Amino acid sequence: MSIGIAPPATVSQPDASRSLWSDAWRRLGRNHVAIASGGFLLLVCALAALSPWLPFLRDPTLQDLGLGATPPSWAHWFGTDDLGRDALARVLWGGRISMLVGLVGTAVSLLVGVTWGAIAGYAGGAVDEAMMRVVDVLYSLPYIFLVILLLVLFGHSIVLLFVALGLVQWLTMARIVRGQVLSLKRQTFVEAARALGASDGAIILRHLVPNTLGPVIVYTTLTVPAVILQEAFLSFLGLGVQPPASSWGTLVADGSRVLAIFPWLVIFPGLALSMTLLAFNFLGDGLRDALDPQDRRDVS
Amino acid sequence: MTTLVLRRLLLFVPTLWVIATLTFFLVHLAPGGPFQSEKAIPAAARAQMARVYGLDRPLGQQYARFLWSAAHGDLGPSYEYPQRQVRDILRDGVRVSAELGGWALLLAVLTGVPAGVLAAVRQHRALDHAAMAIALAGVSVPNFVLGPLLVLVFSLGLYWLPPALWSGPASRVLPVVTLSVAYVAYIARLTRAGMLEVLRQDFVRTARAKGLSEPVVVVRHALRLGILPVVSYLGPAAARIMMGSIVVEQVFAIPGLGRQLVNAAFNRDYTLVLGAVLFYAASLMLLNLFVDVLYLRLDPRVEAA
Repeated sequence: MSIGIAPPATVSQPDASRSLWSDAWRRLGRNHVAIASGGFLLLVCALAALSPWLPFLRDPTLQDLGLGATPPSWAHWFGTDDLGRDALARVLWGGRISMLVGLVGTAVSLLVGVTWGAIAGYAGGAVDEAMMRVVDVLYSLPYIFLVILLLVLFGHSIVLLFVALGLVQWLTMARIVRGQVLSLKRQTFVEAARALGASDGAIILRHLVPNTLGPVIVYTTLTVPAVILQEAFLSFLGLGVQPPASSWGTLVADGSRVLAIFPWLVIFPGLALSMTLLAFNFLGDGLRDALDPQDRRDVS
Repeated sequence: MTTLVLRRLLLFVPTLWVIATLTFFLVHLAPGGPFQSEKAIPAAARAQMARVYGLDRPLGQQYARFLWSAAHGDLGPSYEYPQRQVRDILRDGVRVSAELGGWALLLAVLTGVPAGVLAAVRQHRALDHAAMAIALAGVSVPNFVLGPLLVLVFSLGLYWLPPALWSGPASRVLPVVTLSVAYVAYIARLTRAGMLEVLRQDFVRTARAKGLSEPVVVVRHALRLGILPVVSYLGPAAARIMMGSIVVEQVFAIPGLGRQLVNAAFNRDYTLVLGAVLFYAASLMLLNLFVDVLYLRLDPRVEAA
C-alpha cells in the first residue's frame, strides 16, 4: 500500500511538491462533489456552533402559545411547532447537539481504536492474538441492544451517551490501524529508529501512528455520520438527548408524532440530518479516492 | 472446510458466554427492578414474587442458575407477561421480523444488483453518476426520516396504503420499502465496485475475444465473481435485517423482535431482555457462518489463502 512507504514527517523531504499529502490534495481538489460537501459541512458546523449568537435567529425555547403551529412563512422560514417555537432556531440548535455528539463520539472511538490497534499490531504474537480475539468477540455483540439497555437501565445521561456511542465504533478502527502497523513495523525506518535507541512507545507514537493517518482520516470521516445517525436513532426511541435540549433525532421523533397535521416539523430536521450525513459520506468517499487510490474495493 | 466450521462453532461458546454474562450483570446491577410499578404492592406480595422468580437469592446463585437453564434452551417465563414463556414470545416476534426482513432483503438484492451492474457497465457516464448519487443518498437518509415521509406521501396524501400495523398485504409495502432502501443502495455500490474490478480481468477480455455478446460476458462470466463482495455483505446484512429493524417496527407499530426488545428494556422484563439478546447474538453468528461456507463454495480460491 502506497501509504506505508512514505517516510515519517520528521524526515525532511527535498521534493515536497510530490509528497503523498500534496498529491492527495490535488486529487481531492479535482473531486467537485467532495469539495462542495466539505464546504456545506463547514457551513453547517459554523451555523450550529454560532447559533446562540446569530442575530436573525430567534430563541429556540421562546414559546408563543397564541401563535401555535404555523407552516413555513417569511417570519418563520421552517414554520413553528405547536408551542409556537421557531422551527429554524430549533433545527440549528439541534444541529449543535448532533454535531457535538458526532465529533465527541468519533474522538472516543479514535482514541480507543488507534491505541488498541497500534499496540496489538506492534506487540504481535500472543498479545496481538489475545487483543484481536477480544475485538472478534465484541464484534458479535448485539451492540445496539446493549446500548439501549445501558441507557434504559442507567438513565439517559449525555456523558453515558457519548461513551456508549464511541465504544460502538472503535472496533473497525482498531482493525484498520493494526493492519497498517503490521505492514509498517518491518520497514527500515522503524529499524533505524530502534537502532537509534527509540523506546517502543516513541516508535508507536512518533513513527507508526503518523503513517497510518491516511486510512484513519478516511474512516474517521465515515465514523462521524455513523455516530450522528446512532445518536439520532437513540433519540428517536426517546433514549438520547433529553428535553429541553434537542438534537435532530429528537426533532424528527417529535415531528413524526404530529406528522399528519404539521408535516414541516419532520421535513426540515429530517432534511438537515440527511443532507449532513450525505455530505459526510461524499467527503469520505472523496478522501478515500484521494488518499488511497489503490484500495477502492471497500465501499462502506 | 469441516475444520473451519468446527473452529467457528467452538468460538461460539465463549462468545455467547461473554454476551450472557455481560447482559446478566448489566441488567442485575442496574438500579430499579422489574416489580416496581407505580401501583403500591404490599411488601409481602413483592417478597413472594421475588421468591417465585428466584430474585431473593445471592447474585452468584442467580447467575449460575441462569447460565445452566439458558444452556439447556430454557429462558424462563417473561416477567411482564408471566403466563408466557420467553421462548414463545421470541418465536412470535421472529416470525414477523423474518417476514419483514425477508421481503426487504429480496427487494434489495433484486434492485441493488442490477443497478450496480448497469452502473459498472456504464462507468463514468451519466447513468453511473446518477445511480451512485442516488445510492449514496439512500445510504444517508435514516429510515426513521424516510418512513414518516413515505407515510406522509402514500398514506396521508394519496390514501394508497395503510400508514401502520401489520395486517394484510398492503400493510407490508411501506415498511418493506423503508427497511430495504439503505440495503438497496449499499448493495448497488458493492456490486458496482466488484464488477469494475472483474471487468478489467483477462478472462473477461478472453470471453469478449471469443465473440460472446456483451450481455453474456457481463451476466454469465463477470457477474459470478463480481457479486462476491455482495455475498459476504449479505451475511451480516441478512442477520440484521431478519432480526428486525428496531426503528421500522417502531415507526409502523409492527410486533417484531426489535420492538419486543425495546419494550422489554423499558419494562425491565429481565428474562425477555436476556433471552432476546442471546437469541439475537446466536442467530447472528450462525447466519455469518452459513454465509462464510457459501462463500467458500462460490470462490474456491479463498480456502487456499
